[in-house]
Amino acid sequence: MESIGVLMLIPMNSYLEQELQRRYNLFKLWTAPQKPQFIKGHANSIRAVVGNASAGADAELIEALPRLEIVSSFSVGVDKIDLAKCREKGIRVTYTPDVLTEDVADLAIGLMLAVLRRLCESDRYVRSGKWKKGDYKLTTKFSGKTVGIIGLGRIGMAVAKRAEAFNCPICYYSRTEKSDTKYKYYPSVVELASNCQILVVACPLTEETRHIVNREVMNALGPKGVLINIGRGPHVDEPELVSALIEGRLGGAGLDVYEHEPEVPEELFGLENVVLLPHVGTATVETRKVMADLVVGNLEAHFLNKPLLTPLV
Amino acid sequence: MASDQASTPPRLPEIQSHDLPQVIVLHPPPVFNYFKDLFSKKFHLLKAWESSLPRHEFLTNHAHSAQAMLCSGTGPPISADIIRLLPSLSLVVTTSAGLNHIDLTECRNRGISIANAGEVFSEDVADLAVGLLIDVFRKVSASDRYVRHGLWATKGDYPLGSKLGGKRIGIVGLGSIGFQVAKRLQAFGCNISYNSRKRKDFVSYPFYTNVCELAANSDVLIICCGLTEQTRHMINREVLLALGKEGVIVNIGRGAIIHEKELVQCLVQGEIGGAGLDVFENEPDVPKELFELDNVVLAPHMAVFTTESFKDLCDLMIGNLEAFFSKKPLLSLVMNE
Repeated sequence: MESIGVLMLIPMNSYLEQELQRRYNLFKLWTAPQKPQFIKGHANSIRAVVGNASAGADAELIEALPRLEIVSSFSVGVDKIDLAKCREKGIRVTYTPDVLTEDVADLAIGLMLAVLRRLCESDRYVRSGKWKKGDYKLTTKFSGKTVGIIGLGRIGMAVAKRAEAFNCPICYYSRTEKSDTKYKYYPSVVELASNCQILVVACPLTEETRHIVNREVMNALGPKGVLINIGRGPHVDEPELVSALIEGRLGGAGLDVYEHEPEVPEELFGLENVVLLPHVGTATVETRKVMADLVVGNLEAHFLNKPLLTPLV
Repeated sequence: MASDQASTPPRLPEIQSHDLPQVIVLHPPPVFNYFKDLFSKKFHLLKAWESSLPRHEFLTNHAHSAQAMLCSGTGPPISADIIRLLPSLSLVVTTSAGLNHIDLTECRNRGISIANAGEVFSEDVADLAVGLLIDVFRKVSASDRYVRHGLWATKGDYPLGSKLGGKRIGIVGLGSIGFQVAKRLQAFGCNISYNSRKRKDFVSYPFYTNVCELAANSDVLIICCGLTEQTRHMINREVLLALGKEGVIVNIGRGAIIHEKELVQCLVQGEIGGAGLDVFENEPDVPKELFELDNVVLAPHMAVFTTESFKDLCDLMIGNLEAFFSKKPLLSLVMNE
């Protein structure tokens, strides 16, 4: 039986690589000295693509793989995949919802606490010996602060549930008001930002939500406000964010994602009201294994003509 | 007599500070850095630290009729010796929740009431405990350092952390702070158990009679109890080994509850998985070995250091003193347990 070719776009998880290698003919695109030639050379056998938050099957790649049947993403965000093209060509798309919701929500709260209570900065304070010279300054209480959530999907709801345990009032913005929730709805992001102290980005990245956090929103959030981005870098106008923080128009930020990862604006490195994480929202041993099993499970189901586990298209 | 805008208002007789009730302060509590004026407007503060006299002389000469003292966890302990120099003392107000710096036996014998910080900063302390825990599990401070050193672009992704959901949390001391910690971590899908001097009827969390058993059945230990003779060095090598190689300990109580040398050894040797520490045995000294470790998060005893808590604390301390001097019930009287 002809072996099934699976193209993995970038390194993402060695357990996943292992599991794919055992079952399929795994092509690792990042090892190729000349990527277009590599793709061309193996295009006849590649029937699946595995991508993640950083790299996905765009139109160009899809066109170059005439035998492509399924794209299985090691992520819940699918903004790097040309979904329209997949639909057009009847290519299936799977992703990893639910299994990573808790980790991302946990990290959002972790970022809120780290920014408001200056955890990273005061850890530096101790390690550098400054504590011997005097106490660290007063920081800001987290409990009871109003949390505004952009996007009340799985992750947004999980963030809300956690913040409620800290007595934080919750409000949100989403495309349409949700009838089954008690949280306060605002019909625009600017209004949401004007009425909360901590603003969390938790919606998918689409053409509509690109730069959904812009200068106006940051000004509305204000000098005491804190922005938490656990969505995608392009949700936030990054140069505007940098100047808002430097000029003090925005009180602080906890960022897990950036417009051009792994590049992070260096102007942020010197700011003590900012926490910078290297896109680790789902980066736990436990969750990455479950995500990997889901990617493999979806591919197995597809090639056995069984119902996909977590299809999007 | 009509007064126009340019004339100054009639001078009121100045309230002389010696008309105000006396409050002894041996050493300025941290709240004074921000709110001293609120105290000095209402009370005549006998500031021992500003005097050139040695402390016992100052107290003997100036504090003979003082009925109240304001102290904190920092500064000299309120020992029996000091209390005996103050024949009129009948109230000690401390800005801390902890009482380990006060000779409670001497106070009991003298009938001196004690008021503390009550629950005024329980939320802030609980928040810090949770923040430290997430930081250790998800490597927040370590990976923030990594990014700021430009390593993400050059060395690639940071090593994976550990999921918080489903972990077994062992809370040592289920008082006001421990309860707030439990409530928060439940929302993260954690399973709560505890050890305390007595079982608490108002919770259904599993109760362990000894801390070693709690550690053996937990992935995380969070120290939320006070420092007493019984709890000094209660967390020792035996408890840490029971917690295990993947175990994490968070201390927002007092440094001396943990045997610090043994903790450092266990961390360096990989006998436990990590630690989040806000308190140390000999503050502000922190064992240098910890600075080499990425699985440890260090904070400079700042759990109550928020603008909100300090203001609330200030209001509570002043409220207690005012209540005392107007013979009303204290706001946060410590009951003998």
